[in-house]
Amino acid sequence: MIDKKFKIANKIFKSRLIVGTGKYKSFSECAKAIKTSGADIVTVAVRRVNISNKNKARLMDYVDPKKITYLPNTAGCFTAEDAIRTLRLAREIGGWKLVKLEVLGDKRNLFPEMIETLRSTELLTKEGFKVMVYCNDDPLMAKRLENAGAVAIMPLAAPIGSGLGIQNKVNIKIIRKQTKLPLIIDAGIGQASDASIAMELGCDGVLINTAIAKAKKPIQMAEAMKLAVISGRKSYLSGRINPNLFGSASTTNKGII
Amino acid sequence: MNIKNKIKITVNGKQMQIIPKFTLKSLITKLKMPLNKIAIELNKKIIDKNRISKIRLKKGDKIEIVHFIGGG
Repeated sequence: MIDKKFKIANKIFKSRLIVGTGKYKSFSECAKAIKTSGADIVTVAVRRVNISNKNKARLMDYVDPKKITYLPNTAGCFTAEDAIRTLRLAREIGGWKLVKLEVLGDKRNLFPEMIETLRSTELLTKEGFKVMVYCNDDPLMAKRLENAGAVAIMPLAAPIGSGLGIQNKVNIKIIRKQTKLPLIIDAGIGQASDASIAMELGCDGVLINTAIAKAKKPIQMAEAMKLAVISGRKSYLSGRINPNLFGSASTTNKGII
Repeated sequence: MNIKNKIKITVNGKQMQIIPKFTLKSLITKLKMPLNKIAIELNKKIIDKNRISKIRLKKGDKIEIVHFIGGG
């Protein structure tokens, strides 16, 4: 199979690994991890400025939005109205139109509230946003998001930050078969092999935050994830052998003594 | 300026006192906020950053100033 460029909303990106910028010990560690991961898209969140500490360091001082594509998210939003307000503000900071929509429905399991997510996708698309949508792994809902104008389908592998890996490979494969949109696994990755599996299922990319930021060695894990994504993609494109219940000797019996 | 003449506004959930006719631009300057790294909401409406010198703050105004932080 020939590799296609990783293209989202008509823009080509080099790396198929998108990384989050939350949960790091410091901005400098975060910046190092991004660089090592090779990612050219990073997710960011919109929050109040601390007005009592004016000299506090800012993410933008460490990760240059001119060099790395910022993907503003709607983390912590539970309604379409919250999400739209947040992304309008993100757009106002610097004109970002490519956004990650994440409307949650439950504070404990952090699963997406899909009715509000679908409604937000429609409203944001009408406003000119290019919406990459965090969603559950339901093929029917993925189809509805696509029809609503989503520019990327981003199903969870497992709950956000859980590190459980891909729990429902079948659904991911079905979504892969039905959509030509970029399919990106968002949430639930725990280790490099999970990222490889996502890519071997035919996903176009993987979005990882906690698995890198909270690893004992985040910078090294960033490199591991980079290699895992490249490796998984190559494996997918190479066309795996058919699995067989019985053995098949690698060495011929011809000429045996 | 007599304290009685000051008006109360809320910035990022915190009460502040300012002199009457204080502009939004003066507030941003006072708080030392870099304009290219923030977005501003006044009473839940997003404000065009090019217009902040023309906006005079009123008693009870609620201002939100946001920026990007780390997130997933």
